[in-house]
Amino acid sequence: MAELTYRQAVAAALAQEMARDDRVVLLGEDVASGGVFKTTGGLRERFGADRVWDTPISEQAIAGAAMGAAMAGLRPVAEIMFADFYATCWDQVANEIAKVRYMTGGQVSLPLVLRGANGSGGLGFGSQHGQSVENWAMTVPGLKIASPAGPAEAFGLLAAAIRDDDPVVVFEHKALYGRKEAMPDTGPDGEHVLPLGQARTVRAGRDVTLVGLSITVGTCLAAADELAAEGIEAEVIDLRTLVPLDAAAVLSSVARTGRLVVAEENPGQLGWGASIAAIAAQEAFGDLAAPVTRVSGGNVPLPVAASLEAEVDVSVSRIAGAVRGVLGASRPLSSTG
Amino acid sequence: MGVPDDLELFEQMCFLRHFEERADSLYRQGLIHGPVHLGLGQEAVAVGAASVLRPGDYSLGTYRGHAHALARGAPADAVLAELLGREGGICGGKGGSMHITSVEHGYYGSYAIVGAHLPVACGLAWAARIRRTGQVTVCFFGDGATNIGAFHEAVNLAAVWRLPVVFVCENNWYMEYTPIGDVIPVALPAADRAAAYGLDRIVVDGNDVAAVREVVGDAVRAARDGHGPSLVEAQTYRLKGHSAADGGAYRPAEEVARWRERDPLLRTRATLTAEGTAAGKLDEIDARIKADLAELARQVLARPAPDPAGAWTDVWSDGSWQWRN
Ligand SMILES: Cc1ncc(C[n+]2csc(CCOP(=O)(O)OP(=O)(O)O)c2C)c(N)n1
Ligand SMILES: [Mg+2]
Repeated sequence: MAELTYRQAVAAALAQEMARDDRVVLLGEDVASGGVFKTTGGLRERFGADRVWDTPISEQAIAGAAMGAAMAGLRPVAEIMFADFYATCWDQVANEIAKVRYMTGGQVSLPLVLRGANGSGGLGFGSQHGQSVENWAMTVPGLKIASPAGPAEAFGLLAAAIRDDDPVVVFEHKALYGRKEAMPDTGPDGEHVLPLGQARTVRAGRDVTLVGLSITVGTCLAAADELAAEGIEAEVIDLRTLVPLDAAAVLSSVARTGRLVVAEENPGQLGWGASIAAIAAQEAFGDLAAPVTRVSGGNVPLPVAASLEAEVDVSVSRIAGAVRGVLGASRPLSSTG
Repeated sequence: MGVPDDLELFEQMCFLRHFEERADSLYRQGLIHGPVHLGLGQEAVAVGAASVLRPGDYSLGTYRGHAHALARGAPADAVLAELLGREGGICGGKGGSMHITSVEHGYYGSYAIVGAHLPVACGLAWAARIRRTGQVTVCFFGDGATNIGAFHEAVNLAAVWRLPVVFVCENNWYMEYTPIGDVIPVALPAADRAAAYGLDRIVVDGNDVAAVREVVGDAVRAARDGHGPSLVEAQTYRLKGHSAADGGAYRPAEEVARWRERDPLLRTRATLTAEGTAAGKLDEIDARIKADLAELARQVLARPAPDPAGAWTDVWSDGSWQWRN
């Protein structure tokens, strides 16, 4: 398949799924004209007005209508333009969409996708448009969570999310939309779909496991390059989805490296990295030669001025520094049994 | 305090015009980090409304809010420093263009989550009512905001509690790239919803600063006198795109041209010259303000970026940020 940017990959995944299944419908603000991040370009022209619906600025109505349409058997994909805006429709997402299958004893299925732009990435979007909020969704059982790190992931995970019979929240990273890469080989049917719940080892290494998600995968890779020059070989894992979580991939890597550093863009006071760290502490205690370390966004709302934003965002140097710290704090594994 | 005359209003609008033209050019030079939303063409609404407020009154605006803040007296150098990420920003660099706030001037913030501030305006007005201070709250928002639940909850609450608040809808006919007519089932986004909350249908030419002054003035007086809230729809037009990064290509050229003829500055200029003010005097004012703002931009650009340590202040009331020991 051709080279695609991340934003083109989103549009291509939507097109692939809309062509395959006419129950797939889109709704959101300005989506008919391509959306503010240009992730839905050409879909209205290709699939018609019955499949691509512009909404008013009404996030509760967007999420709620997606839920109702899914109840009725459609497979809606709702765009919530900025992930920060989930706060304006959180009742629909957290109290209704996440829970209805369970609360109805399995009577109701919600094969829907909520997707939109997430994250900081140093773009100056600030406290209400620049947050990374996968962790909001992760506090609510009943929501699957995908957070693609590159164009191939953006394509494959979105396609899988649409095919999934449960609600999936897809967090696209606004700072990655322009990134371009060649799509990997497609499946036998010519389609590109990645399974939910399967992490990817982006770089192999023996000294430390770096776990990233979305934009921090690239930050981890850059840190790994910097560390390689010092003779430190870092393994980098892209989780790709938080729910379902490929904990086994992290644990088997840690079993080899004995060290774990988790890099998350959201504030650390309750980030998804805490769950990864806790799993490692509990299930890989004997493998760990050093304390599990988390690198996360500052525990402050996100400032706009570049000098302040750089101070609180996750950076290559902070990840590399954490790795050096972990290596310095390592104990001989034999003594831990 | 007297209500400012037409010449003062002209000067203020001229100031906002040049401030935002300058901001636009700084943005295009890559000197502003993060998004910028300009209210070029909409100056008469902010200026006309602010002209009938008293110093202790409250106002709130949107991410398209430079004018809302400046019209209340927020210092231009501090606002510009906030946009440019320089020392002395009005929010210390933490807010940026979308989140200008100047409590000292009664401007309780620019809000970037559409509709978020309408209920907040109710709260400010409620406090004034409880304390019987006579303060009025004016809340600006866009046509698109009338479709979010918070709008309806806030206007209803204000009406039921008879709060001293004036909701001013800046109907510029677009929510981002979508014409408002495509997403409302009535002709006018605010005015045609007023009856649902027992309020009068009030429409004003938002490009006529004197008309805004009069209509919002009446609403503010009513609020101050205990007659409850008003919902005013000011019809206007943004001369540029939704944000400084948007060219606005989705708008028909004839439409833009038609509104350019109704530019609030041209209109006020025509009124003033018809009343006998020399055109040359207006040109002088215009040129002076433009030069002042160019100089201001030079000065602010010469300042350093905020100290990164500033990122770690202001989370808590004691100035700190720590969440654990
Ligand atoms: C809750 C919410 N949804 C969507 C957005 C994205 N957004 C920002 S401005 C805007 C359009 C607002 O239109 P309008 O209220 O008419 O104000 P205008 O921009 O025209 O001044 C949208 C959809 C947002 N900021 N908040
Ligand atoms: Mg508008």
